[in-house]
Amino acid sequence: MSIPFYDNGIAAGLLAGILFGYVLEAAGFGSPRKLTAQFRLSDFSVFKVMFTAVLVAAVGLWGLKSFGVITSQSVYIPTTFFWAMGLGGVLIGAGFAVGGYCPGTSVVGAASGRIDALVFMIGILGGSALFGWAYEPLTGLYFAAQGPQAQTLQDLFGVPEWVVLAVLIAAAAAGFLVGNMMEKARGGPLTAKEVMREPDESNTESVSHTSKELNAHA
Amino acid sequence: MHADPRPFWPPLVSGIALGLVLLLTFVVTGHGLGASGFFARLAAATGEWLAPAATAGNAYYGPFVEAGTPLLAWISWEVVGVIVGAFVGSMTARRARFRIERGDGIGSGSRLAYALAGGILVGFGARLARGCTSGLGLSGGATLAVAGFVFLIGFFVAGFLVSLAMKKAWQ
Repeated sequence: MSIPFYDNGIAAGLLAGILFGYVLEAAGFGSPRKLTAQFRLSDFSVFKVMFTAVLVAAVGLWGLKSFGVITSQSVYIPTTFFWAMGLGGVLIGAGFAVGGYCPGTSVVGAASGRIDALVFMIGILGGSALFGWAYEPLTGLYFAAQGPQAQTLQDLFGVPEWVVLAVLIAAAAAGFLVGNMMEKARGGPLTAKEVMREPDESNTESVSHTSKELNAHA
Repeated sequence: MHADPRPFWPPLVSGIALGLVLLLTFVVTGHGLGASGFFARLAAATGEWLAPAATAGNAYYGPFVEAGTPLLAWISWEVVGVIVGAFVGSMTARRARFRIERGDGIGSGSRLAYALAGGILVGFGARLARGCTSGLGLSGGATLAVAGFVFLIGFFVAGFLVSLAMKKAWQ
């Protein structure tokens, strides 16, 4: 039997989704305050979790290729469309900062009871529909600056894959260190207890500061 | 309130777990995880239901409808799974509650308006980019695709700049 299995059936979808949703929720990524705290530089969980996950999967894929379990072109690698992907990333970053989620985390937020996440999902549906109307005038932008088919960083820089992995691991380690310092200076990452607190439960500044300080010392 | 919620996993643990789930998904399906593709299919299905002629004639959504039953796809089952996984996880860890999560500096009405506006930007942006934080950032990044990193740079730069203006709403 060849690997990958290319199984895109119901069971494969449910399995991947259940694990994906469970881990995102456990990371605290159903909370828009925790997610957006990344950009206020007080909680580096988004950076840490994403970068670690990317590297674990990337090293895993590299290992599977090195041992001949899978071939290099056997998994889907997106092709770059520079302007559409850059600008799309900008819009998603902006929408994330305003609304508090990205598509996957809004589903997690809604599944754990957040009405704001459900409203955000309705917004995604509206924005997606809106794109249908804008697609024809934007076709030029949509296909502009197309890169080589399935281009990877090692193709772009002409270095072996392990060099790219080593550089990214070093960057992640540096990011973890800087993140830890900034988190400490800003009272520590948001805990589950803080996330579950209602805004009205403690509307005095001093109370929330005290709990922040306790967490910073813990 | 009842017992305290169980703490979140440390970021390193969550990251390793998420990476292994992503790797498993690649091995089983040949591609990574996603999310926004489901919303595109939902938009196509909703359009087909509300305005069949306009949707079939639309340059972007027409092909979805033509291929038949837009929602019948792997990504829809994956999103159903995300709902189940997040629901079970939050219930068992006492982190589930009906609520509008917002910062102290903003009322519920404004919070929902911001959520809607943010969602519209994200929905439009994901169609333009051909993916979102999951499909392009996470899954594309794991294949070391240039596309994934172009997306992530745009995402982090814009997120940082816009959140300077949003500080008050979240604190």
